[in-house]
Amino acid sequence: MGRYVARRLLQAVPLLLGITLATFLILKAVPGGPLAAYEADPSVTPEDLARLEHAFGLDRPIPEQYLEWLGRFLTGDWGYSLATHLPVLRMIGDRLPNTVYLMGTVYLVTLLIAVPIGVLTAVRQYSWFDHLVTGATFMAFSTPTFWLGLLLIIVFGLNLRLFPLGGMGTLGSAFDVGDRLRHLVLPVATLSLVGIGHYVRYLRASMLETIGQDYMRTARAKGLMARIVIGRHAFKNAAIPLVTVAALDLPELFVGALVTEQIFGWPGMGRLFWDAATRSDYPILMGILTVASTLVIFANLLADVVYGYLDPRIRYS
Amino acid sequence: MAGQATAIGIGPAPRTAQRSQWEMALERFRAHRPATAGLLVLGALALLCAAAPLVSPYDPESVKLSLIHEGPSLAHPFGTDSLGRDLATRILYGGRVSLSVGLLTVTVAISVGTLVGTIAGYYGRWPDSVLMRLVDMMYSFPRLFLLILFGVFFKGMTLGVIVVVLGLLSWMTTARLVRASFLSLKHREFVEAARCVGARDRRIIVRHILPNSLAPIIVAATLGVASAIIAESTLSFLGLGIQPPTPSWGNMLKDAPSEMNLAPWVAIFPGLFIFLAVVSINFIGDGLRDALDPRHVTRRG
Repeated sequence: MGRYVARRLLQAVPLLLGITLATFLILKAVPGGPLAAYEADPSVTPEDLARLEHAFGLDRPIPEQYLEWLGRFLTGDWGYSLATHLPVLRMIGDRLPNTVYLMGTVYLVTLLIAVPIGVLTAVRQYSWFDHLVTGATFMAFSTPTFWLGLLLIIVFGLNLRLFPLGGMGTLGSAFDVGDRLRHLVLPVATLSLVGIGHYVRYLRASMLETIGQDYMRTARAKGLMARIVIGRHAFKNAAIPLVTVAALDLPELFVGALVTEQIFGWPGMGRLFWDAATRSDYPILMGILTVASTLVIFANLLADVVYGYLDPRIRYS
Repeated sequence: MAGQATAIGIGPAPRTAQRSQWEMALERFRAHRPATAGLLVLGALALLCAAAPLVSPYDPESVKLSLIHEGPSLAHPFGTDSLGRDLATRILYGGRVSLSVGLLTVTVAISVGTLVGTIAGYYGRWPDSVLMRLVDMMYSFPRLFLLILFGVFFKGMTLGVIVVVLGLLSWMTTARLVRASFLSLKHREFVEAARCVGARDRRIIVRHILPNSLAPIIVAATLGVASAIIAESTLSFLGLGIQPPTPSWGNMLKDAPSEMNLAPWVAIFPGLFIFLAVVSINFIGDGLRDALDPRHVTRRG
């Protein structure tokens, strides 16, 4: 296992280099560029532009620029935002807790709701409950997230006035747990629904597969209570693929839900990316994209390792 | 080539076997009620959108300031928007855009994915490792973020650009599926047999292996249409996709956040149609999976 992890980590290195290089090239290739704001300004002369270009190192060959960026990135110097002139690392660090707070709650709510439903539909296969849930899950993951967000705002925010329309807390008021929680409800509901749909389906399928196994019949035949058969023998095995899915969803914790943050005015990573994209703030974009793809790669590795740990039948060569 | 095969005596037999296999699949699909319902709904929707000028008496783009934000009525079943345009009409015309984006994107994605998967799976060795590393890399890019970047830099995208960009970002699943089925099929007896009678690579790929890998490709394509429709609508909702006045289901919702306290129907109906189309397609995909992969059904039963 140790050797397997080491080899996977080694394989991740060229993959990461490839991704950062591709991201770098994409950001270089798109029209605009970091100097677009200065180019539009009539008081900036061509000589000024050339000086800026030289100061930013933009006149050097692209491979050299990339290596320079990489070197700085690895030593923790992620550059400065072109819009706010703050360090990229700090700007990401400021927003990250907000996104983790939102997405962590989403993660928790999704699992707490999806696991019991998924187990129950599999145990009661082809019952009215199963049919109802199957129909509902299809609807859940067919709903465009942004539209669900709008509907929830209309119903619970504008009409029933139960929850605030956006933000993380009431502006200007002191910290208040109840107020914080009320602000959390609608975005979390918006983001959880699709995930619940997916998780219920995975769990149902994998529970059904497990329930059909011989050892389940044995467990039942030796007179174990249904609760133990389902809980200890079936669920534990059926949950293994779910762990993989959950690990692969981890990067979502970081990148968050751009559209939902946009609708609910949530000051997280998604909004930061959006603002940076609309302002051509390249250092921020580069930082976020790099961290996001790194997380995807490590989530993949984590999924495989956890899978191998939980299921000793899996042996990596 | 076909003549040679018949001469040896292995020509017609597999053909009849294959046809009955598709017939069986069709039977299984018909038995899947949600899928047939999905097909009916989607078919009706596509027909209505295609016939939009015949169905609706209104123009989708001309502004009527006397009719701003009219609630749903007999004349305007879904109400009117902030420029007095009939929402139902715009939904029909928008459906043309959204459904075409779905179909065309998947066409791009499936073509690229099948090509990459075929080369990687059939030829193996270094083309395989290079292409699969590319797949890994493409998977690691956050898709929505890249789409937003392109959208921002091109100041909105035309239908053609969306199709190409979205397609080039969504071929990886197909590539993996096709590669996997090539790996499992390329050493089977019927492929060896074809090679023995002198079939070239191209013929083996096109006539012997690909037809046997169709099932997962069809299912992936169907589900891909649904996810492309959602991606396009999300992008257009953010103002980065299809640009107004041309309606798409996504860009019709663009102004909804600021208007929904005045005219909630503006926020409700276009999304309802995205939902209807996507749920129908997902049900069809589920039905196709059951129909094309009999093992899947027996495992469930």
